[in-house]
Amino acid sequence: MKKIEVNKIPYIEEMDGIHETFTEKHAKKDIKTLIEREASQNKIVASLEEAITKCGLKDGMTISFHHHFRNGDFVINMVMDVIAKMGFKNLTLAASSLIDIHKPLIKHIKNGVIHRIETSGIRGELAEEISRGLMEVPVVFRSHGGRAYAIENGQLKVDIAFLGAPSCDPFGNANGYSRDNDKGVICGSMGYAKLDAQYAGKVIIVTDNIVPFPNIPFGIPQSDVDYIVEVDAIGDPNGIMSGATRYTKNPKELLIAETAADVIEASGRFKEGFSIQMGTGGASLATARFLREKMIAKDIKASFALGGITGQIVELHKEGLIKKILDVQSFDLDAAHSLKDNRFHQQISASYYASPNNEGTAVNQLDIVVLSALEVDIDFNVNVLTGSDGVIRGAIGGHCDTAAGASVSIIVCPLIRGRIATIVDHVNTIVTPGKTVDIVVTDQGVAVHPKRKDLQDLLTKAGIKVRTIQELRDNAKRIVGDAASIKYTDKVVGVVTYRDGSVIDLIYQVDESEEE
Amino acid sequence: MMDEKLRRTMMFVPGNNPGMVKDAYIYNSDSIMFDLEDSVSIAEKDAARALIYYALTSFDYGDKELVVRVNDPATEVGIADLEAMVRAGVHVIRLPKTEKAEDVVFCEQQIERIEKEIGKEVGVTKMMAAIESAEGVLNAREIALASKRLIGIALGAEDYVTDMKTNRSPDGIELLFARSMILHAARAAGIAAIDTVYSDVNNEEGLIHEATLIKQLGFDGKSVINPRQIKPIIKIYTPTEKEIQKSLAIMEAIKEANAKGSGVIALNGKMIDKPIVLRAKRVLKLAKAAKVLE
Repeated sequence: MKKIEVNKIPYIEEMDGIHETFTEKHAKKDIKTLIEREASQNKIVASLEEAITKCGLKDGMTISFHHHFRNGDFVINMVMDVIAKMGFKNLTLAASSLIDIHKPLIKHIKNGVIHRIETSGIRGELAEEISRGLMEVPVVFRSHGGRAYAIENGQLKVDIAFLGAPSCDPFGNANGYSRDNDKGVICGSMGYAKLDAQYAGKVIIVTDNIVPFPNIPFGIPQSDVDYIVEVDAIGDPNGIMSGATRYTKNPKELLIAETAADVIEASGRFKEGFSIQMGTGGASLATARFLREKMIAKDIKASFALGGITGQIVELHKEGLIKKILDVQSFDLDAAHSLKDNRFHQQISASYYASPNNEGTAVNQLDIVVLSALEVDIDFNVNVLTGSDGVIRGAIGGHCDTAAGASVSIIVCPLIRGRIATIVDHVNTIVTPGKTVDIVVTDQGVAVHPKRKDLQDLLTKAGIKVRTIQELRDNAKRIVGDAASIKYTDKVVGVVTYRDGSVIDLIYQVDESEEE
Repeated sequence: MMDEKLRRTMMFVPGNNPGMVKDAYIYNSDSIMFDLEDSVSIAEKDAARALIYYALTSFDYGDKELVVRVNDPATEVGIADLEAMVRAGVHVIRLPKTEKAEDVVFCEQQIERIEKEIGKEVGVTKMMAAIESAEGVLNAREIALASKRLIGIALGAEDYVTDMKTNRSPDGIELLFARSMILHAARAAGIAAIDTVYSDVNNEEGLIHEATLIKQLGFDGKSVINPRQIKPIIKIYTPTEKEIQKSLAIMEAIKEANAKGSGVIALNGKMIDKPIVLRAKRVLKLAKAAKVLE
């Protein structure tokens, strides 16, 4: 071999990553077989404790989780119990969302293991406790796009991501299903986890299903994964997802959905190759059913459907009415199985879905989005986060991302829920700014944002009676009157951020003291 | 003269369900029928009556025909229902389980008494009678002619088939006699004939089958128990494009003939007589109501 003097190479000072001359010690040769290597040289460690230790968890660090297992998730509670037992304190928990099943976090907040929470939403007892002032530091709420943006630009720095996965090979190729080794636990897309895997300092996959290499297709590539822990169970399959989301039978929701489909048809966007996202509320989902009839009647096909995907969207895809599906989160087994089986059903990360960082982000390519709401006010601001009692009970999700990105954003909601008006003077909590909301469809009328004169004209031309949002509010008021105002203390319990990280609203502690 | 109002669908709303009472006007039914009778248990009769009274006097139900099914006027509860509903200004009192003309006459007397007591114009409160037994079916003609207040008679099939020792079948052969009797009685009296409910709300196909049958028989419409049943029935009662065009041509021919002062009206060589004109008018009315014609 000719002797090479590295420092004599011309311009060597400009060439990064070149150091010494090659010798025999640089080359490694491994003669083990694939099966031997899978067994001996892999990323699997014996326990969560070992993985946590190896990742170097320290007090005050930020750990992250995804919510693809919804209310069947065992991972967050399991990991937090281990972390608490190991004595760590003061952590920031950054989950893509938190649900009823995560109520054991209350004790970890009380005992100081969790200092701060970042999430898209919280439901159940944990949400109620936080609204009552459980935490010293307010919870930061980010939309799916906003969370992706914060992680990408380093504002939300995740030290260790604990990502549950229904399948993973010994080297870390993980997915929400397995094409050839299905064990019955399946969550479909790993959209939110993909981003954490990409950006977190260390990544631990928690799985109950180690499958042979290569686990393809994968949602998370091995290059993003540091350690793998095998556990008995990552979740309850029934809580993770049920068979198929059924269309609502509620006649009022059907009426709203039918009107929404008429509005879409009239919106000027109902053309060959249009794109659409439909939220998961009863009425927004049911819009698909009525839109389907129109698509068949007019021979119009959609280029893609986006978002949380349900069996209904899959049906339209199978019928050839929707060409492609971009799936950040699969909502039911039909959606998960379709992701597994259909070529043009693609899982995408939260960043691909909704990050405001990226011009190509999928929400920007939407013609139409149909979204639910807890409340809408006369400035078209929408609340999907706090209930009529002021208590946190929802999630931002992709609401403000899609409303901003879509050419036409349609909010569907009943005019009145129980005895409470949905169209109000001021929403409790602004999540999606009225500037990005175009049309509100209720069971008792349709209102168009005054800035969207174009849509007002199109709808009127199509014979849809457009009313002002004030008229809708007055109608509701006439029937149920004014609700008593909610009492709050001056303690901030939640900071609601817009997708770019700006603060759009604050959530205060509900005041339950009985004065007067 | 035949009552001009369309009654393609008459939606049942249980009188003890505030949510449904409050929302009843958002759906596209021609008539709303608040029920104080079979869907309300005896313990809830007073509460339901009060609820419907306040609903009728507070909510704006638009141009819908408002019907209340009262309890048997021969009972204290039934009289209390009439007292409240006539005062509330209900459009139509629906009499349940009508067996003979005297039932209608008795109810009418009570309504008239109440109208006079409160200073209301006598006769503004209309009536309809539901026929739900063999006896009622056989007396359909006398029932239909028993009062000028009657705007229609309706078949209540559930009680009727029990009375007949049978049950309902998809093709409704067991109801054919009752339906025919009621239709003839209604037509002879110049009032509406409303068909019974289709109870299996999740079977849209069955509903369509039955509604197609009763429309062909000649019924004005059908009672519905769920708002989801309204759309399929309206669709069945919506004329086809061909029917609409033909009817428009007939009306145009009449206009032309009138302009010319011609007594004989013909279209494409065929004479247009009164029944053809009446049918054309009804087709156009149904088309407008279904918003397929301006």
